[in-house]
Amino acid sequence: MGILIPLVSVTAFWALIGFGGPLLVPKGPNRGIIQLMIIMTAVCCHLFWIMVFLHQLNPLIGPQINVKTIRWISEKWGDAPTLIDS
Amino acid sequence: MGDYVVPGEEPAEPGIYRSEKMCLAQLYLQSDASYQCVAELGELGLVQFRDLNPDVSSFQRKYVNEVRRCDEMERKLRFLEREIKKDQIPMLDTGENPDAPLPREMIDLEATFEKLENELREVNRNEETLKKNFSELTELKHILRKTQTFFEEVEHDRWRPAEGVADQTRPEDSQPLIDVDDEDNQGVSLAVASFASRLRLGRPEQAGSGDTIIPPATGGGSLDLGGEESLELTQQLTQGGAGAPAGGTMFANFGILTLILLKTVACVKKTNMMLTRDAAINSSKHEDLIAESASVTGPLDDELDISHSQPDAHMPLKLQLRFVAGVIQRERLPAFERLLWRACRGNVFLRTSEIDDVLNDTVTGEPVNKTVFIIFFQGEQLKTKVKKICEGFRATLYPCPDTPQERREMSIGVMTRIEDLKTVLGQTQDHRHRVLVAASKNVRMWLTKVRKIKSIYHTLNLFNIDVTQKCLIAEVWCPVDELDRIKMALKRGTEESGSQVPSILNRMESAEAPPTYNKTNKFTRGFQNIVDAYGIATYREINPAPYTMVSFPFLFAVMFGDMGHGVIMFLAALFFILKEKQLEAARIKDEIFQTFFGGRYVIVLMGLFSIYTGFIYNDIFLQEFQYAEKRLMLIPELAFDGSPYPIGVDPAWNLAEANKLSFLNSMKMKMSVILGITQMTFGLLLSYKNHKYFKSDLDIKFMFIPQMIFLSSIFIYLCLQIVAKWLFFTAEGGTVLGYTYPGSSCAPSLLVGLINMFMIKSRAGGFVAEDGSTLDLCYLNLWYPGQSFFETVFVLLALACLPVMLFAKPYMLWKEEKQRREVGHRQLGIIEMILVILAVVQVPIMLFAKPFFVMRRAKHQTAYSTLHNEFDRESVRADMNGDDAEVVHAPIQAKPEGHGHGHGDGPLEMGDVMVYQAIHTIEFALGCISHTASYLRLWALSLAHAQLSDVLWTMVFRHAFTMDGYSGAIATYLLFFVFGFLSVFILVLMEGLSAFLHALRLHWVEFQSKFYGGQGYEFLPFSFEKILAEERAAEERAEEIASLQPFNQLFVIIRMKVSCVVFVNSVVFFVLLHVDVRLQRLGGASSSYLIIDSP
Repeated sequence: MGILIPLVSVTAFWALIGFGGPLLVPKGPNRGIIQLMIIMTAVCCHLFWIMVFLHQLNPLIGPQINVKTIRWISEKWGDAPTLIDS
Repeated sequence: MGDYVVPGEEPAEPGIYRSEKMCLAQLYLQSDASYQCVAELGELGLVQFRDLNPDVSSFQRKYVNEVRRCDEMERKLRFLEREIKKDQIPMLDTGENPDAPLPREMIDLEATFEKLENELREVNRNEETLKKNFSELTELKHILRKTQTFFEEVEHDRWRPAEGVADQTRPEDSQPLIDVDDEDNQGVSLAVASFASRLRLGRPEQAGSGDTIIPPATGGGSLDLGGEESLELTQQLTQGGAGAPAGGTMFANFGILTLILLKTVACVKKTNMMLTRDAAINSSKHEDLIAESASVTGPLDDELDISHSQPDAHMPLKLQLRFVAGVIQRERLPAFERLLWRACRGNVFLRTSEIDDVLNDTVTGEPVNKTVFIIFFQGEQLKTKVKKICEGFRATLYPCPDTPQERREMSIGVMTRIEDLKTVLGQTQDHRHRVLVAASKNVRMWLTKVRKIKSIYHTLNLFNIDVTQKCLIAEVWCPVDELDRIKMALKRGTEESGSQVPSILNRMESAEAPPTYNKTNKFTRGFQNIVDAYGIATYREINPAPYTMVSFPFLFAVMFGDMGHGVIMFLAALFFILKEKQLEAARIKDEIFQTFFGGRYVIVLMGLFSIYTGFIYNDIFLQEFQYAEKRLMLIPELAFDGSPYPIGVDPAWNLAEANKLSFLNSMKMKMSVILGITQMTFGLLLSYKNHKYFKSDLDIKFMFIPQMIFLSSIFIYLCLQIVAKWLFFTAEGGTVLGYTYPGSSCAPSLLVGLINMFMIKSRAGGFVAEDGSTLDLCYLNLWYPGQSFFETVFVLLALACLPVMLFAKPYMLWKEEKQRREVGHRQLGIIEMILVILAVVQVPIMLFAKPFFVMRRAKHQTAYSTLHNEFDRESVRADMNGDDAEVVHAPIQAKPEGHGHGHGDGPLEMGDVMVYQAIHTIEFALGCISHTASYLRLWALSLAHAQLSDVLWTMVFRHAFTMDGYSGAIATYLLFFVFGFLSVFILVLMEGLSAFLHALRLHWVEFQSKFYGGQGYEFLPFSFEKILAEERAAEERAEEIASLQPFNQLFVIIRMKVSCVVFVNSVVFFVLLHVDVRLQRLGGASSSYLIIDSP
């Protein structure tokens, strides 16, 4: 998966909710408040997701895993398709 | 304040964003119709009455008598209710809402209650008397029965064979006499006993056959104890007494008493004989008599028969022995006995017998255990003494006849009377029950009616009475949108009362700030309460509640982010919501429960958002749960394939026990800062809407714009820096923004950068020296071209904003004020000119007159405005002293600050404005910095929550997985409960509470301080619904205190909580079972964190 696919799809998902959701709200005394809530929910959730996503976009550090754990992974799951020379 | 009266003509917004538009209106009500109109308004619940007679004390108001009558009726009803409850008759409470009765119905109601109350009181009084009689009679019955047995025992003993009797000295009966004194007495009693048995053994034959022992014998018959035996007895007794080292009198007394008893009985026996032979002797002293005595006597009477058979030795001795019989509480008996013994120096004789039935106390009606006693004594003095002691111990004395016939007759009489009483008592109780059952059907409805009447009269007391007495004038605050409904209600009220003249509602203008009224429904109420807890919004100010509805649960979830805990929370709140009706009907009074129940909609949203954030954090009870595709990125520049984990934190980090935290901390800190600044900026934008709404250009120009510049030049810039760092700085290195970037070691440090920015410190640009070597401290260097220029500009801009914020607005206000004054000067000048022309000689006077006028005008204005304010405040205080039915609270007029200073009518207080402005500026400038830092609590709490969950998992539950086989299963089962319990109580409840409080603070302080005035006062409409609910709540509280069944309640609560825990635990268990199954499949891996699917 590249960068674009998750970025576009998740953004589109929240955009759909944020823009489309308010249109679907039935008329009534509480329409405004429900619309506001939907928009704010979409904004907050998207903001939260994209911050986590951006933080991992260009990782400056990688996880340090125990040798034992790496061995176990290598044994159980097999090695990665492309091995990297360290 | 003029701003508030004419609040702009922009399109109407839905109610929740701002408080409702309110208007002050005058109601002119015909005195006939006023009651009905107020009743209708109370049903409607949309108007708040102002007190128009603040200076009239509550005793001098017009309808004070009616209020008093209502109070009286309420008291009677409460009495009735208590009685109904005492009889445990279920009260019919349909919850129906009867209309307020007409004033003339009040008299009927009063009469009904009066009648009921009197009837009940009468019945109660009768019942009390009857019960008292009944218990007295019962006691008497017992006395008769018990004494009968005393007397019969004697007779029985007489017929007993000698051997049996000899063995049956009853030590327990003689106990009271012996016990009281110390061992020296035993000599005496032993002597008596031995003597007795000796006598008995030597008894030749049974004498006095057939005749009853206990006739009303002559008391003073001369006694013959004849023979050597009696002499010996006397000697022994006296010897015993004399031989004792101490307490001679006592022993002597004892000896004498024994002697007396012996003699007495002997006398009786003898008298019997004498009576049979010669009935004439001493019959005059018939009434002073003893019938029976205890311990020693029983056995002794036998031997006295012996003395009869022997010739009399004629030792004359006058005896007057009497007895009293009574009933005493069982627990008082030992003390009673001891006192009797000591006070009468052993000269009385007591015999007791416990009543087996539990009797009711004559006064209180409580069940008590009682004992029948009978005391023998001699002489008048002792009699008074004994009687006093009996009185002191609250023993009840009853007459007890001497002869068995009389006793029998009496007991028959008593029995019949008891039977009669029982019938009467039953009938009385039936009657009472009938009355109460009839009342119980109506009592709740009556109470509602009375409370309605009372609140109506209370409200009428607030009205101003017209001079003609024909019309009542009221002032009300009401929402403008509801004016039609209010008018309809008035019309209905007028029609119902049959009045011809319609009631009039007249809108008026007022300089006073109206109350704040936010319409809420059950969903928005929780959030509105959160906002109102900080301060009621100023009238027509932006209401933060709608924005809080999402941001509050969201910020909570950022701190609480964990899917598992979120699900628990969500399900709990969902349960409350689904069972809303039942739970409300159940009226659970537990305070903790009420808190959670009241906030159920808040909690359900918090749970939902926690699920989302937990999903992004990849936490479910801290266990990462996305088993999807897995890539390792051990060394980012080599292993990272360029596509980040799409949703949430990469699960690989959960394997990295070494540096997981530094990764998460950096992420969460940046997130907190961005979220915080976003929210603050949003708050600032809301303040723009506020200023615009109140048409305060000054505030927009000199408050909002500099504030916005300040915020963006420092903090929004910081956010942009964060995003830039995320986007451009990779692990590999390359060319970034025009500089050669060697790799992750040179990624700029933003925090130090921010500090350097404030210091305007000159730094090197770029990360690499000319020769290609990496510079020292390259992460502190400038990292984009022109950074130092931009940062200097930003800092200067921010600094420049401070004086603008501080001085611009006060300066503009001052200028405006000056212009106005100059206009005034000019006017005065014209007058002056005319005066100069008219009378040149008066110029000097005019010179003084001008400043005088100016000054006076200023003074007058100030005085007037303060007077006006004082007046408003007065009305508040007068209102406060009302009692519970009081609904109208005229406001403490708070001067709205921050908006529309320049448009006030009063003279400008430059000092006040400056101080206010300075505080506001400093608060904002420093606040921006401290608030940004404050948002770091999002990171801190999130970290704490994650760490705590981690500890709980590793330290508690993980141990279960290290065991194999059955023991493993058992350990899993047991540890699961520990884990579940701690999860729910520590992680969900305690951590949830702390996250809640922090979210609350972030909203109150960090968010609302940007735009929220909170200087308003609440709209408290006159509403029956509200009043009745309050009354009811007060009633329940009182009941709760009165009932005082803490343990009962505690058990209920514990039971409820235990079932909750069990429920939640089972939910947790299912989730964990899933985890467990996976672990088993993984084949006992050393680390239980490895829940990762193979690719």
